[in-house]
Amino acid sequence: MTAFLALIDRDLRLAFRFGADTLASLLFFILCGSLFPLALGPSPDLLRHMGPGIIWVCALLACLLPLDRLFGAELEDGSLDLLMLTGPAPAAVAFAKMAAHWLTTGLPLLIASIPLGIMLGVKGSELPLLLLGLAMGTMSLSLLGGMAASIVLGARRGGVLLPLLVLPLATPVLIFGAASSYAGQLATSPAASLDLLGACLFACLPLCPLAAGQGLKAAVG
Amino acid sequence: MTSPSDFPTPPVPGRLLDVEDVTVFRGDRLVLDGVSLTLDAGDAMILTGPNGAGKSTLLRTISGLRRPDSGEVIRYGDLAWLGHQDALKPGLTLAQNLALAEKLGTNSLSDALEALDLTHLTDLPARLLSSGQKRRAAFARVMLSGAPLWLLDEPTVGLDVASIERLGAVMAAHRAKGGAMIVTTHVPLPLDNTRSHELPSLAHVESFWLS
Repeated sequence: MTAFLALIDRDLRLAFRFGADTLASLLFFILCGSLFPLALGPSPDLLRHMGPGIIWVCALLACLLPLDRLFGAELEDGSLDLLMLTGPAPAAVAFAKMAAHWLTTGLPLLIASIPLGIMLGVKGSELPLLLLGLAMGTMSLSLLGGMAASIVLGARRGGVLLPLLVLPLATPVLIFGAASSYAGQLATSPAASLDLLGACLFACLPLCPLAAGQGLKAAVG
Repeated sequence: MTSPSDFPTPPVPGRLLDVEDVTVFRGDRLVLDGVSLTLDAGDAMILTGPNGAGKSTLLRTISGLRRPDSGEVIRYGDLAWLGHQDALKPGLTLAQNLALAEKLGTNSLSDALEALDLTHLTDLPARLLSSGQKRRAAFARVMLSGAPLWLLDEPTVGLDVASIERLGAVMAAHRAKGGAMIVTTHVPLPLDNTRSHELPSLAHVESFWLS
């Protein structure tokens, strides 16, 4: 357990040390979201209706950006060999990296989605529901993304393969997540979509680290 | 982390490693052909052989990173690993780089740094270290672990004569405490009573019979 926390601590230190890398996905999220009003026109009604959907798609894409380096950097400098040999169990190593990915990417996205939501005209009363959905959604995306990143690790053109692997797997998260965020606008109950979104998260929570651990073992072998 | 009870009881007291008839293929190329060796407490084994003879592959197979295609590797104790890369993050200080190994290991960081003459560099980011200093920092990680079996892949790359002497002293102390090591190297190490294991080059072996 101490090794697990030490690994997260090390990743957070690295993220702060190389702030530009960490900020890149956040800036991508905000810029990407800001492009939609330019393309769709400034109609407040249209933007308010599209707002949650825009935020969900942008968050999904922004989560993909740092995945390429999540394990790649560890493999290249030999740290992964050491982690597999003397660190915690492979699945725990993978889970620690996924947790660090969420803390450095998912959590900032969550905070940035507040100003982006307001900019797109999402009502203040609808924001908590959007944030709740996004919180569960970005956690699932970190888990799915970490799993895919470990599977393509060491493969040639892994960076190209990665989105092709993650995006189809992420569709349930996107569908239920966006549906829960629209509940406020459509005056329906978000309970069903939130339940299903939570189900996605709880399915990913044990399965993704296990699969990723196997991927990491195969990558160093 | 593995506790001592995870390992089988050694057939001979002091035995740390049995490698039995290990064969490894990379793709369809034969890299290791029926390698057998044993290692007891106090041993220092030097792996020799031409480039591409599979020295690093044998170390990776012994460590468990790679599974042998046939044969068996039986370890009777924990191992510490020094790969040919230093595994240091350039943005972190020396102490931060070694923090994880310190948490997992049993030995004190200040002792290890002292023995390798790195104490004055503790708070320096790793990107400012020279390649010899980085190599010593990676070696410090091996010392931290407290594991009896050391697997060292080219530990002396980039080291000056004084540092190699220092490394030799650390290795001798480890052997005196009942540890053992397998080392690949191209320069002579200041070690007494080493055993050596020569790996033949298998480049001439045709692989047609595999298809």
